Amino acid sequence: MVPFVGWELPVQYSGIVDEHHAVRKAAGLFDVSHMGELVIEAPSAVHLVGELVTNDVERLNDGQAKYTVCCNAKGTILDDLIVYRVSSEKVLVVCNASNRDKIVSHFQRSLEGRAKVSDVSDKTALIAVQGPLAMALLKGAGADGRVEEIPAFHFTDTTLCNVPCTVARTGYTGEDGVEVFCPWNEDAARIWRTLLALGKEQGVKPAGLGARDTLRLECKMALYGNDIDETTTPFDAGLAWTVKLDKGDFVGRDALIAQQKEGVSRKLVGFEMTDRAIARHGWEVVDSAGSDAKVIGSVTSGSPSPTLSKNIGLAYVPVAQSAVGTTITVRDPARGRTAAAVIVKTPFYKRSK
Amino acid sequence: MASFPAELKYTKDHEWARIDGNRVKVGITQHAVDQLGDITLVNLDTKVGAKLEVGKAFGTVESVKAVSDLYAPVSGTVVEINKSLDANPEFINESPYEKGWMLVIEVASAPDGLLDVGAYNAHVEAG
Repeated sequence: MVPFVGWELPVQYSGIVDEHHAVRKAAGLFDVSHMGELVIEAPSAVHLVGELVTNDVERLNDGQAKYTVCCNAKGTILDDLIVYRVSSEKVLVVCNASNRDKIVSHFQRSLEGRAKVSDVSDKTALIAVQGPLAMALLKGAGADGRVEEIPAFHFTDTTLCNVPCTVARTGYTGEDGVEVFCPWNEDAARIWRTLLALGKEQGVKPAGLGARDTLRLECKMALYGNDIDETTTPFDAGLAWTVKLDKGDFVGRDALIAQQKEGVSRKLVGFEMTDRAIARHGWEVVDSAGSDAKVIGSVTSGSPSPTLSKNIGLAYVPVAQSAVGTTITVRDPARGRTAAAVIVKTPFYKRSK
Repeated sequence: MASFPAELKYTKDHEWARIDGNRVKVGITQHAVDQLGDITLVNLDTKVGAKLEVGKAFGTVESVKAVSDLYAPVSGTVVEINKSLDANPEFINESPYEKGWMLVIEVASAPDGLLDVGAYNAHVEAG
């Protein structure tokens, strides 16, 4: 277990690689109750939330969700979120645990007098059930038939083990699966144990933060604090698809329009190591292997990829050196060691439908 | 809790040393392996003939999540390197005291300052 913003979180149960394969081949259960959950209530809640995020959440239907980033006035990223439209008057926002206080106060301040913003994180457990067997497990735990028909990025209310839950077809692993919101009490533990027991024979396993990281990295899903933060814009991070400049005003829009006009100077790219090394978060991208090399970028994530059996990572590099096939040199600042990598197409892994 | 072979000597950094005359075989302990998890890469940043100084880094061992420096348990000259770890880093998980050995260091005199199994056990238990 490791401490993380006041939570004790499991890095691994049976081992990162084992858990990683279990998710790709069967299913894994992740306790992600540390994530922050906000409820925004107002006559046109979704439009108010839309003022604070880059994506066009205004166009969501009831029961639909959308991934977005939330920027400050400079256009850099305060957090990445999933916005769930419960009804025209009620929106659920899920944010990163490390940003919970920041996002809660940002929403409360920005929407003061116009919406009720409640932090329900402490009352809400969140269990991610990810992998090809996820839907079968839910059915086994008593979810009604509609659950299987939820399209990606939609959600519905159901019951699991006779406990009322909200089930969303979302995740952070690149596999089919759901995230289950349920009350933060013994019921959550019962659902967890039931799902695990149901899938044990088929190789369903509990999975920790370590596997969550390798799974998301293979799919090039951004990790806040690694790949994105308050120094990066969504355009830098390859998240332009989450920015709808023509949807109306939102915090950061002017800055993002300006950056779009000027063009980005750097890009977040995926790389594969060609030398025998694992470039990690905090390594530098340098312009040569010599001791007088200039730093031209930074590695934001890096790890062995259990699915591909390669060492992969993400890095910010100058646009001029961001094309697929470009060789880059990365350096461990702690040890001075350099290694070669090549920029590759991302995502590194995409599941076959 | 792992039990450690009684015939080996140990360091506080969780290396083991198998002393055979003036030849000292070196690796990392089961405790280190347990802490690291699945080992995916071993980088022995030295070569045969290189002089090592006790306590100085001679490479790294990496798991999915962690990088750990390797420190020479004794001073001396590298006379053998386990090249099979390049292609099979999992040998360290499977067999840390046999197939997972890393170096053989030739020493000028009997090494001192190493822990015996009792002292190492106490060190591990003290966390």
